Amino acid sequence: MHVTILLFARLHDLAGAEKLVRDIPQNATVKTVWQQLVTEHPAIAEYETSVSVAVNANYSRMHAEVHDGDEVAFLPPVSGG
Amino acid sequence: MMMSKSDESAPYTEPVDAPLVLITREPLSLDELISQVSASIGNYGAIASFSGIVRNVNLGRTVLFLEYEAYESLAEQTFQRIRNEVHTAWPKVEIGIHHRIGRLELGETSVVIAAASPHRADAFTACRYTIERVKQIAPIWKREHFEGGHIWLENATADPDDEEARSSAYRIACT
Repeated sequence: MHVTILLFARLHDLAGAEKLVRDIPQNATVKTVWQQLVTEHPAIAEYETSVSVAVNANYSRMHAEVHDGDEVAFLPPVSGG
Repeated sequence: MMMSKSDESAPYTEPVDAPLVLITREPLSLDELISQVSASIGNYGAIASFSGIVRNVNLGRTVLFLEYEAYESLAEQTFQRIRNEVHTAWPKVEIGIHHRIGRLELGETSVVIAAASPHRADAFTACRYTIERVKQIAPIWKREHFEGGHIWLENATADPDDEEARSSAYRIACT
């Protein structure tokens, strides 16, 4: 199945893309998607413990299941205001 | 945002439609936000506001300009979440939050918050709480361009369900 991955701010810079479509296995979680991304872009590994995640524009968790067509976003620590 | 092509210099050409929460690339207007917040609350005798301004020095660096990015749909939803938190903590308060993204020059306004309430104490407190929460959990980032380089600022891991962070914002607002 396919998911769309959104990357913001420095994660966007490190991966060189703000939007990626990737094939992932059935029963994958957000963590599966993240680990696949780290394999592809090792530089983002440093965000392992500080990244926030969202699925379909709702805050979510690494252990959440993802489904075909989902939009999975990885958010580095924020700095709005 | 709906903008009339003939009047692009004026922010919020349709103020009646200005929502209480907004991410926009256009210049912000605190007056329009206050109008909108006032129109949304039946009984108020106080309005407190906060404006965030791009400053020229940060951590000893001479800032040239800032570049803001947001996960726009989640950011507006997060602002709504903060409004709900405010309504729970201060039931008589109404608030609005507008945040600008894109390139902002020194002295420009990046965020405006207005809180209306029957009495001043709750308006001040809710306004302070709101900016603290925006900084904790809104999916917005700023890249600082300074003399000699640029850097994405990273301050807080966004977790709206982190009760400790929420309590911290509440404590800061109430002391």
